[in-house]
Amino acid sequence: MKLNGAQILVQSLKNEAVEYIFGYPGGAVLHIYDALDAQNDIKHVLVRHEQGAAHAADGYARASGKVGVVLVTSGPGITNAVTGIATAYMDSIPMVIISGQVPSALIGNDAFQEVDAVGITRSCVKHNFLIKDINQVSITIKKAFYIASTGRPGPVLIDIPKDITIKKITKPVYADTIKMRSYHPVVNSDDMQIDKAVALIIKSKQPIVYAGGGCVIGNAHQQLRDFTRQLGLPITQTLMGLGAYPATDKLSLGMLGMHGTYEANMAMHDADCVIAAGSRFDDRVTANIEKFCPNAKIIHIDIDPASIGKNIAVDVSIVGEVSLVLAALSHALKDKKTADISAWWMQIDRWRSVDSLAYQTQAGVIKPQSVIEALYTLTKGEAIVTSDVGQHQMWAAQYYQFDEPRRWINSGGLGTMGFGLPAAMGAKLACPHRDVACVTGEGSIQMMTQELSTMLQYHTPVKIVNLNNGYLGMVRQWQEFFYEKRYAMSYMDALPDFVKLSEGYGHIGIKVEKPEDLKPALIEAFAQKQRTVFLDIMTDPSENVFPMIPSGAGHHEMLLAGRDKMESNNDSGLNLV
Amino acid sequence: MRHVISILLENEAGALSRVAGLFSARGFNIESLTVAATNDPTLSRMTIVSIGDDYIIEQIVKQLNKLIDVVEVVDLTATEHIERELLLLKIDIDQNTQADIDEQIDLFSAKIIDISEDFYILELGGKSQKINDFLKALSAFKVLEVSRTGVTGICQKR
Ligand SMILES: Cc1cc2nc3c(=O)[nH]c(=O)nc-3n(C[C@H](O)[C@H](O)[C@H](O)COP(=O)(O)OP(=O)(O)OC[C@H]3O[C@@H](n4cnc5c(N)ncnc54)[C@H](O)[C@@H]3O)c2cc1C
Ligand SMILES: Cc1ncc(C[n+]2csc(CCOP(=O)(O)OP(=O)(O)O)c2C)c(N)n1
Ligand SMILES: [Mg+2]
Repeated sequence: MKLNGAQILVQSLKNEAVEYIFGYPGGAVLHIYDALDAQNDIKHVLVRHEQGAAHAADGYARASGKVGVVLVTSGPGITNAVTGIATAYMDSIPMVIISGQVPSALIGNDAFQEVDAVGITRSCVKHNFLIKDINQVSITIKKAFYIASTGRPGPVLIDIPKDITIKKITKPVYADTIKMRSYHPVVNSDDMQIDKAVALIIKSKQPIVYAGGGCVIGNAHQQLRDFTRQLGLPITQTLMGLGAYPATDKLSLGMLGMHGTYEANMAMHDADCVIAAGSRFDDRVTANIEKFCPNAKIIHIDIDPASIGKNIAVDVSIVGEVSLVLAALSHALKDKKTADISAWWMQIDRWRSVDSLAYQTQAGVIKPQSVIEALYTLTKGEAIVTSDVGQHQMWAAQYYQFDEPRRWINSGGLGTMGFGLPAAMGAKLACPHRDVACVTGEGSIQMMTQELSTMLQYHTPVKIVNLNNGYLGMVRQWQEFFYEKRYAMSYMDALPDFVKLSEGYGHIGIKVEKPEDLKPALIEAFAQKQRTVFLDIMTDPSENVFPMIPSGAGHHEMLLAGRDKMESNNDSGLNLV
Repeated sequence: MRHVISILLENEAGALSRVAGLFSARGFNIESLTVAATNDPTLSRMTIVSIGDDYIIEQIVKQLNKLIDVVEVVDLTATEHIERELLLLKIDIDQNTQADIDEQIDLFSAKIIDISEDFYILELGGKSQKINDFLKALSAFKVLEVSRTGVTGICQKR
C-alpha cells in the first residue's frame, strides 16, 4: 500500500505511543490533519492559540513524564508557539513540535506563511530538523523523540514541507531503535568521581543537599530520599525541584534562593559541603555569586556536562543520571562512618525557629498566603498545582507543601506569564483522576484566557485560583523596593469581570472578597468535580513576597517579613533582573 | 588566550549556523572560522580560532559538544598541532615600488599567482604569524585587497 508523508508521520507518532497532540491547523499541515482524522489512537486537542498548545503539551509532559507533542502550521503557527517552546527548553522538558512548512520548492521565496522555523527556533530547542525527503520522515520522528527524552531532555522541532506530506511511497520503513554517531547522552558516572565525593561527604560537619529539577525530570525522587535519609542530611530544593523530596519531612528546609526560607539560605551560606543534585546554580538561587557558599566544597551531579562549572566552580563534578549517581553514592557510603552533624542540626533548628514564612493577618483582608494554605489543606497536598508567574507563583511554592514529584508545575527558567492555565489543561489530561489547580494572578491569566474554551471542549475540569491583587504584583514589589514606589505600569485599570468571563466560556465563576468566604468557595469549587471553576479571589494588594534576597546580596542577607525595611541605595544590584 | 578548536560535524544544512549561532548567542568570540567537507562526505571539519580564558574555552568546548550535529570537538591548542592559513592579496605595483615588493615576496617565499599591468595577486600559506608579518611588511605599499582563509589545523598525534 502506498502511504503519503502525512500518513507515515502519523504512523511514526503512533509507534512512539503518542496519546495526545496539542495543535492548531492551517494550510501547511492539512494533509497531516487529514491523516490524523483517519485514526483513533492519537487524540488531538484543538487549542485556541499555538502558545497554549506548547504550554499544554508541556504541562502534560511535566505531569506524566512522557514527551509532549505539538502540531502547528507554518508562519504564524510556529511563531506563536515559540514562547511555549522556549519555556520548555529553559526547564528541560521533553517535547516534540511538528510544524508545517511551505512546499520545498517555495522555501526561501518569501512564500505565503513562510518563516524560517528552523532558524527562529534554533536557540530555544535541543535540536531541530527540516525534512527534505519523504524517506526521512519516520526516522526523523524516531530521532526527535529519542533526543527530546534522553540525556538532558528538551524540545525538538521537526519542520515538514507540505509537499513531503503529500508525496507517496510504498513500504515505508520504521526503525525500532536508533543510533546516532553524534549523540551519546551520558548515563553512568565515573567511579573515581564518586570516591572523591564520598571523601568530602564523610568529613563534612555542615553538609546540605541542594536538589533541583533534575531529580524530578530524571525520576530520581526515591534515590534522593534514600540518600538524604541514609545520612540524615538537611535538604533544600529549588523552585523546580519541589516535591522530589517531601516538603513535610523533617529533613527538608524548604526552597532556597531569592524567595527561599531563612533556614535554607542560611544553611547554604554556612555549609562546608554542598551536594547539588540535578540543579544548575541559577542566579535566582545563588544570589550574589561572590557571596555564595563561601566555605563550602561543592559536589555537582548533572547529566549535562555544560551545566557543571558554568556559574560556579565546583570541587567534584559528577556527570551522570542523577538517580544512578545518588544510588552509587548511597552504596559507597553504606559502611562508611560520617562526621557528627548534630551541632549543625541544632544551628539549623535555631534558624528554623525564626519562622521566616510567618505573615501578618489583617481583619477583613484576604492574605494571598492564606489562600494557598487553605488550598493545601483542602486538597490534602495531593493536587497537581500549576502556576503562572509572579508573586502568586512564589506563594504557591512557599505555602503548598509538595510531598511528591510532578505535582508542582511552573515556568521557572523563562518565567512565562500565561503558562499556568494551558499547563493545567495538559496536566489534567495526563492525570484525569487527580485534582488540578491553577494558581494565577489577574495579570498572568489574561495572557491565555482563550484556553478556557479548549478546556470546555475537552472537558478538563481545573480549579483556577486567581490571586487577584489588582497589580502586576511582582513588578509592583520591585518598584516599591527599588524604584521609590514609582508604580510605572504595574496597575491595570479595567480588569474584566472574571466571573462573567468564565461563565461566558461555559464554566463556573465565583468571586471571593471576604476571608470568611474563602474556605466555603474552595470547598464548593472542588465539589464541582466535573466543572472548571474560576475562583476570583480579592487578595491584599499591598502584600509582598518574603523572605527576599535583594539583588546583589548574599544568602545571609535576606529580608524578612515585618522585620526588615527595604531600603535600597544599591544601584549595582539593579543590574540583575 | 588564543585557542584553535577543531570540530568534526555532520555535513548537514544548518550545522554551520548552529555553531555560529551558539557563538553569538552565548557571546563567545570568533577570530576565524573555516569549514569544508572531509574525505568522508557526510562529515565536515570546522576550525575555529577563539580567544578566551580557560573558563570560556571550557564552556565553548562543552557547549559545542552539546550540539547534536557535532561528532567531536578537540582543543588543538592543548596538544601538539600544526596550523596553517592561506592569504590571497592584491597589491598595486609601479616602477617605484615593484623591486621592493619583489624583495618582500622573496623574503617570505610568497608566490605571484597573477600579474596584470599595474598589480599582482600574491599567495602565501603558513602560520598566521607569518601572514601577519608579511602584511606588515607590505603595509608600506598600496595593498588593494586582502583575503585570508582563517586558520585550519591538525593534531600531530596519529
Ligand atoms: C519570579 C521567579 C522567581 C524565582 N525565584 C526562585 C527562588 O527563589 N528559588 C529558586 O530555586 N528558583 C527560583 N526561580 C526559578 C529559577 O529561575 C530557576 O528556574 C530554577 O532555580 C532552576 O532550578 P534548578 O536549578 O533545579 O534547574 P532546572 O532548570 O530544573 O534544571 C535541571 C538541571 O538538572 C539537570 N538534569 C536534568 N535531568 C537530569 C538527570 N536525569 N540527571 C542529572 N541531571 C539532570 C539539567 O541538566 C539541569 O542542569 C524563580 C523563577 C521565577 C520566574
Ligand atoms: C510574558 C511575560 N511578560 C512579562 C513578565 C514580567 N513579569 C513577571 S511577574 C509579572 C507580574 C505578574 O502579575 P500577576 O499575574 O498579576 O501576578 P502577581 O505578581 O500579581 O501575583 C510580570 C509582568 C513575565 N514574567 N512574562
Ligand atoms: Mg496580580
